[in-house]
Amino acid sequence: MNWRRASLGVAAALPVIALLAWGMTRDPKDIPSPLPGKSAPSFALSVFAPGQQPLARTVGDTVRLADLRGQVVVLNFWASWCLSCRDEHVTLSAVARQYAGKPIQFLGVLYNDEPVSGTAWIKEMGGQSYASLNDPGARTAIDYGLYGVPETFFLDVHGRVAYKQTGPASAQVLARVADSLLAVAEKDGAPTNRNR
Amino acid sequence: MNGLIGHGALLISVAVIVLGIGAGVMAGRLRTQDWINAVYSAVYTNFVLVTIATGAMVVALVTHDFSVSYVAQVGSRATPLFYTIISLWSALEGSILFWGWVLSLYAAVVVWTNRRRAGALVPWSATALLGVSLFFAILLIGPANPFHPVYPVPSDGPGPNPLLQNHILMAVHPPLLYLGYVGMTVPFAFAVGAMLSGEIGSNDWIKLTHRWTLLSWGFLSAAIIAGMWWSYEVLGWGGYWAWDPVENASFMPWLTATAFLHSAIMQERRSMLRLWNVNLVVGTFVLTILGTFLTRSGIISSVHAFTTGTIGYFFLAFIALVLVASLGLVAGNSDRLGSAGNLDSAASRETVFLLNNLFLTVFMFTVLVGTLFPLVAEAIRGVKVSVGEPFFNRMSLPVVIVLVFLMGVGPALPWGRASRDEMRRKLVPPAAGAALLLAIALVAGMRNAYALAVVALAGYSIVANAREIVIGMQARHEARGEAWGVALLKLASGNRRRFGGYLAHIGVFAVAIGIAASSSMRSDREATLKPGESITVAGRTLRLKSVWGRDETQRSVVGATLEFVENGRVAGIIEPRMNFYPASQQPVPTPAVRSSLLGDVYVNLQAFRPDGSNVTVKVIYEPLVPWIWAGGLIVVLGAITSILPQRVRVAHEADARQPATGARGALAGLHANVEAT
Repeated sequence: MNWRRASLGVAAALPVIALLAWGMTRDPKDIPSPLPGKSAPSFALSVFAPGQQPLARTVGDTVRLADLRGQVVVLNFWASWCLSCRDEHVTLSAVARQYAGKPIQFLGVLYNDEPVSGTAWIKEMGGQSYASLNDPGARTAIDYGLYGVPETFFLDVHGRVAYKQTGPASAQVLARVADSLLAVAEKDGAPTNRNR
Repeated sequence: MNGLIGHGALLISVAVIVLGIGAGVMAGRLRTQDWINAVYSAVYTNFVLVTIATGAMVVALVTHDFSVSYVAQVGSRATPLFYTIISLWSALEGSILFWGWVLSLYAAVVVWTNRRRAGALVPWSATALLGVSLFFAILLIGPANPFHPVYPVPSDGPGPNPLLQNHILMAVHPPLLYLGYVGMTVPFAFAVGAMLSGEIGSNDWIKLTHRWTLLSWGFLSAAIIAGMWWSYEVLGWGGYWAWDPVENASFMPWLTATAFLHSAIMQERRSMLRLWNVNLVVGTFVLTILGTFLTRSGIISSVHAFTTGTIGYFFLAFIALVLVASLGLVAGNSDRLGSAGNLDSAASRETVFLLNNLFLTVFMFTVLVGTLFPLVAEAIRGVKVSVGEPFFNRMSLPVVIVLVFLMGVGPALPWGRASRDEMRRKLVPPAAGAALLLAIALVAGMRNAYALAVVALAGYSIVANAREIVIGMQARHEARGEAWGVALLKLASGNRRRFGGYLAHIGVFAVAIGIAASSSMRSDREATLKPGESITVAGRTLRLKSVWGRDETQRSVVGATLEFVENGRVAGIIEPRMNFYPASQQPVPTPAVRSSLLGDVYVNLQAFRPDGSNVTVKVIYEPLVPWIWAGGLIVVLGAITSILPQRVRVAHEADARQPATGARGALAGLHANVEAT
């Protein structure tokens, strides 16, 4: 046994081990988005599911992101074929209802799905408090760099993406992000369009 | 009760292994028979204990003993008996148990067949095998314990993952893979044993290792092909390989093991490449553990990844230990591993073997880089990247083309030195095979340059390999007047390893042609059909006859019956289905395939109307896909031919040279066969 060479061999193993050890600290499913901090891509999508009072919108109306400036926007991409969307459905619906009356808008966006199936799904799940929009050809989903469904984007009062949640959102995360964005909105003064 | 027996057996096995390792160190140092016997007994006892634990698990599965955590996780009263038994390897804990069992079996067979061998090689190798077993035994009593008691006892379970109980190949691919993958531990143990016993300088350990590598390699080859077939049959996309990390994990050790099967011959015949061979053996084992780590720790996302807990950290510690110990050992022994032989001439089989090793290693590193690159990129630049098929295809195709060509040149050239005249006689005529296959491919409509190159060079190499067989037959026919059939049989049995090599080569060519044709000439269409409507793909017309549903014991099925229409009449039916399992909300697509020698018609049911008024189907025509499966079978036949013991005549010679080893009975051929190449 040549111990000098042996120690060189051991030294060669260390970087590989270090790389693998470092890899253990990462979650491969956590895909960062370049969007947070950037201005949110605009959209104009029509309502296919009305939601319930007091958050209801009229089916067929067009919702433009530009018109929502000055409010916090929570954009949830979902689909009727998506299993994890079922897990977060009740939570999202309830949290949206809690924040009714505050300058915050919850909106669903249907991803790669038919409005008919979407409507049927909402009915099956016991209704949804806020309205959902149809996204033909998944154009908006592509603009937002959607990784999968469900995915939830939080836009601040200036229309910037503040936070992105990949996978089902929990009530804690929703409330924490919404509260902090609303607090910033209050500090910045009354909701206006001055930053346009 | 089952849980108690299983867990108890595993606990005792940990103690036995630890004692065995201690005895192994003493046996290796003192070389006294008592200590050696103690190690061997530990190996046998461990096999018995892990067999008891595995048996207890099978009994628990079959009797629906939901007080055992693993059964509560994968068992279900509705699952048919067959799938209940094989659900032993359908989730993490069970598959680790199965792994441990296969390893203990290998260790017992290795020790039993070599128990009379003199020297410290086998005791040290047995100790290395026990060391690896210890890791899996610790997993089984710790983070991957399949025998956790569950209380209160559930009355029923969810059943295995639906995808894993939807096809018969679930019973075939995983066991083969474990036999191949785990089997690579044996060559590694021999290498460690040779280094620790000081026998690394002799070529003797290589002969032992070569044969065990062949066995594991045969299993691994079969497993990879079976895995491709399985994914083709169940996943509904009509593909069989996607460069997923788990596929790469099985392919990388296959590449290095293939390189070793060739370079070992160089050492046996010419005493060359001794350090290189140790590296290949150790590298193959490290790659199996690395592959398992990558896909079981959650470090890289993959379709195959099981859900993970703390097990990743155990694997990390183990891989660190294996890397440090084996690299340290190899580097520490490297000055004893100089090459004794030299290359006589560039125009020789040796050169081709060197090139073959070079390209196989380059291939392995390409796959390794592609698999690890996301990790490296994130560590260095902090960016998430994914490496997909385009990278792997672009990087590997040129290597594959060169390898297919070398597989023809190698067998044609002699050892030592080929004269100019010999080169011409051997290397020119196979070009006719290349021309023939190229012409056929062009006529058939193949236009992709890479695919054409693969097919043409495969044609060259098929002729080159077949010619070697024919020349051998001819020599026997002329010299001894044997009939052609007898000559073939005698030739095959007279030098099994060489003949098996040619056979394996021919199998690989069939696989290469199958992949080239099916990937470059595939055509597909998707259509929504009402009953009576048809779809035509690549000249084949399918008409939807009916849409149906039925309940089976463990699932409900929705299917479509389509008729092949040829010249206005029905020439057969095909029935793609969707299977619905109670534990899963998503249906499992179950495509239907109609195979012929020239290609497959592959139909997948994409969607259906509940009222049966229409279905959406995807129809794919893929030429020559069955050639891949048939080629895999030929490769395996080649491996079996090479492993089969040589005739007794040769065995006596081997014994005569090593009188100290004594009688080895029927397994004498284990050593003898390698002499004949």
